[in-house]
Amino acid sequence: MSLLHLLTLSPFLLAALIPLLGKAVPRLHTGWFAAALSALLFAALLGYLPEVRAGSPITESFAWIPSLGISFTLYLDGLSLLFALMITGMGALVAVYSVAYMDSSKESPTSFYVCLLTFMGAMLGLVLSDNLLTLYGFWELTSITSFLLIGYRHENYRARYGALKSLLITMTGGLGLLSGFVLLYVMSGTYRIRELFEVGAPLASHPLFLPAMILILVGAFTKSAQYPFHIWLPDAMEAPTPVSAYLHSATMVKAGLYLVARLSPVFSGTPEWFWLVSLGGLVTLLYGSVAAVKQTDLKGILAYSTISQLGLIMCLLGLSSLSGIFDGEEQLLYAAAGTAALFHLLNHAVFKGALFMVAGIVDHETGTRDIRKLGGLAQVMPIAFTISLFGAFSMAGLPPFGGFLSKEMFLEAVVETLHAGVFDLHTWAALFPFVAWIASVFTFIYSALFVTRTFLGPRKKAMRGLKIHDAPALMTIPPALLAALALVLGLFPGLAAYSLIQPAAEAMMPIAAADGGRIPVEIKFWHGWTPALWMTIGIVAFGALLAWSARRWAKLYAFFPRRLSINRFYDASLRFFERITVWVTAFYMNGSSRSYVKYILGFMMLVLGFILFNSTDVTFRVGAYAQIAPYEWVILLGLAAGGIAVPFAKSRPVAIILTGTVGYMMTLMFVFLRAPDLALTQMVVESISVTLYLLCFYHLPKLRTEQQAVRFRLPNFLVAIAVGVLMTLVALAVLGTNPFEPISDYYVRESYESAGGKNIVNVILVDFRGFDTMLEIMVLAVASIGIYNMIKLRRKATDVGSRHVSHDGDESDEDAAVFRHAQYGHDGPTEETLDERGSAENEQLEPLEAETSESEGGKLSELGEPDDRDSASPETEVPRMKGGDSDA
Amino acid sequence: MEVIVAVIVGILFAVGIYLILTQDLLRIVLGTSLLTHAVHLLLMTMAMLKTGSAPLLGRGAEDIVDPLPQALILTSIVINFGITAFFLVLSYRAYQKLDTTDMERMRSESSRHRGRSQ
Repeated sequence: MSLLHLLTLSPFLLAALIPLLGKAVPRLHTGWFAAALSALLFAALLGYLPEVRAGSPITESFAWIPSLGISFTLYLDGLSLLFALMITGMGALVAVYSVAYMDSSKESPTSFYVCLLTFMGAMLGLVLSDNLLTLYGFWELTSITSFLLIGYRHENYRARYGALKSLLITMTGGLGLLSGFVLLYVMSGTYRIRELFEVGAPLASHPLFLPAMILILVGAFTKSAQYPFHIWLPDAMEAPTPVSAYLHSATMVKAGLYLVARLSPVFSGTPEWFWLVSLGGLVTLLYGSVAAVKQTDLKGILAYSTISQLGLIMCLLGLSSLSGIFDGEEQLLYAAAGTAALFHLLNHAVFKGALFMVAGIVDHETGTRDIRKLGGLAQVMPIAFTISLFGAFSMAGLPPFGGFLSKEMFLEAVVETLHAGVFDLHTWAALFPFVAWIASVFTFIYSALFVTRTFLGPRKKAMRGLKIHDAPALMTIPPALLAALALVLGLFPGLAAYSLIQPAAEAMMPIAAADGGRIPVEIKFWHGWTPALWMTIGIVAFGALLAWSARRWAKLYAFFPRRLSINRFYDASLRFFERITVWVTAFYMNGSSRSYVKYILGFMMLVLGFILFNSTDVTFRVGAYAQIAPYEWVILLGLAAGGIAVPFAKSRPVAIILTGTVGYMMTLMFVFLRAPDLALTQMVVESISVTLYLLCFYHLPKLRTEQQAVRFRLPNFLVAIAVGVLMTLVALAVLGTNPFEPISDYYVRESYESAGGKNIVNVILVDFRGFDTMLEIMVLAVASIGIYNMIKLRRKATDVGSRHVSHDGDESDEDAAVFRHAQYGHDGPTEETLDERGSAENEQLEPLEAETSESEGGKLSELGEPDDRDSASPETEVPRMKGGDSDA
Repeated sequence: MEVIVAVIVGILFAVGIYLILTQDLLRIVLGTSLLTHAVHLLLMTMAMLKTGSAPLLGRGAEDIVDPLPQALILTSIVINFGITAFFLVLSYRAYQKLDTTDMERMRSESSRHRGRSQ
């Protein structure tokens, strides 16, 4: 356990303590605890910055499951640190914001902060894990906490729907991820990311390389809402706005990007990786930006914008993988795409966080997020307007904000692909700048609409009566800080570039870093009249024109076929699987326990029969059997006849007596088969059992007179016959097959030597296998407790006269009875029926005991003189039964 | 003798299973009893029958029968007794409560009880 471990796990600790803290300090909003911890973690992680910047990552290991080779290894390099700082920094701001947003007088924020902190811990663990399996664990934990937070207002159907959707999609991706990790392990023999890097080239030629890559990308794409897995993100906007700002734009959705960046040293340099990642990102970029324009919900715009921006970063990560196949100057050119990706990652977290918080403020103050109802808020909410202006400028890629710089770098990177000339790029490269430009125009449009429709223009009728003003300071400060940061990142990009981006880029592209020492990360405003700058000018011109005329051409969206949308497909497949599940379950789980017994028997027959007929070791021996004496024939036939007669008995007492007959025949069999102890025990038990059965009828006279034969049922009959035949075959097979030395010889040899007893059966029971006997007594004790309770409950039910009362009423009586019993113990009200039963049993037991001791003198003397220990069996058996009952 | 006993094991198994598959609770309990007897006989047969005298030492016998199945069966008899008693009281209680020992009718009875209380 190191300090780094403690930092990673501290959110979990606080999450566990939050409910207690909330009770201990009820006046303080629980959000403050979360905010304080996040700020503390941010500061602590900042302390690692110089060390990481100097190029010496920190590794802390802690053996977790040593037997499986899973250690909880944390690894803090530039990439992890960038994410960790974003997680804790945004966490602190969001927590402060949420203190004002979550009204603790209306809803209990405890569970909200428990989930939020758990999420923060999981996210930290995810980006710091060096072991793929722990990374996967944290990955799923973020999905679960996201599910809980989206469904935080679970009385709302949309919230439940969105929560389930996100869970299903991200968890499906998570399973893909896990399979991909396992395949990586199969190929490399390690789960440690660091060791995976060292395996290097041999990995790429492995046949499992491509499947592993695709599976891992499915995980990353579902998490980062890439097309066509993006559909969960817009529905996730049902979450409280702080959650949307934190999980669904700044941190969790970036986990997929983190994974792609983290594993790019393993996969980069292959055409499949390049095309999958960059094209996946490009399509998402275009789709998200086009779809964002038609949204009418503020958070809807931001959700699709997030999808689009995530696609942009994903595309850049794909382009940066080209750096793996070039050398020198060109390598650095493509490495710049990676730098751009990381810089945009940071910018996006900043401006999108600010915009989400503004959306929350608008919602909080006006009660709606629908841009058709909003407008003209700039006069009454000047601060929110300023913040959103900063954020939207950065998002649209306008100077002098951070977003402008990273957008420029993006455009440069896509133009650079024109010169690559590998992986069929000479034919397809033009696609990149073209699509990127169109998507950027749409990005400009939705950024413009976000601001103008909300804050400019006339106030709508519905809004006129309301007294709208800026949000309280607590709600305004976090987005204001972010907006300021967006400006600072634009004016002084070097601040972040050298401290954060450079170490992260070097961690992501170790090959480029190894060659040239450090990756140059000079981010400048003025590059000269580059193609990228001309593209930006075009974007602004076209974007402004289209945004101005948006109302005119927005109707074009109606031509998108709604029936073919991915959401429809998701809903339909969900309904389909539900129906299939219901059908399949109803098919075999029909609620009849007899069917279940048949399944069990069927399975048993299948397995036993298969082994019996397919194993070459099984033989059915003939000859050398024991002789049957004439009197034994009588017993054997009696057994068979008695057994067969039971189902034919019309009345129950006859059936019971026939079963008893079989039992007594068994007693005789034991005598003939040289098992005196068994014979004695069987006789005692049989007598008690039959008595018990008949006693039952004494209390239930109606049941005795009721005549009801067993109805013949062919399926049951066939199953029964099949089991019977199979068991006969098993018996014969066992006789014929003797692959091992019997262990009985050991008992025979050691019975007197080690245990000093001459009755071997008794010695085995009380000495060699003493634990078995103890557990056997426990079974009896449990059965007696069960019986005792049933009898007791019956008495309560009848005594109170509540039999005519409803079932549930009965139960509460029963509960009360149990409670009374627990309270009074044996001093509780005496139970007549119990005493009756107990005494009846005692009456039965005593003569039996007498009989037993008689038979010791009588029958046993025929078989031989028992020594001291010999009589243990009958004597221990009977008191054991008694003891078990009276214990209860 | 072993073959004959094996056949009887089969018969008892078949009868036991058949009774367990009936709808009458009491016969199900009887079925489990018969099943136990079948298992006991099976265990005895496995070690060959009557290969010597009873497993008691110090009586000058040359051969004795295998003591291990006997020890197993002894345990089983007692456990079976406990289970039978439990089943019996359970079905007794069920009859008292629902006025039937028929499994199918029991189900509808108990759901009726529940339906009424809701």
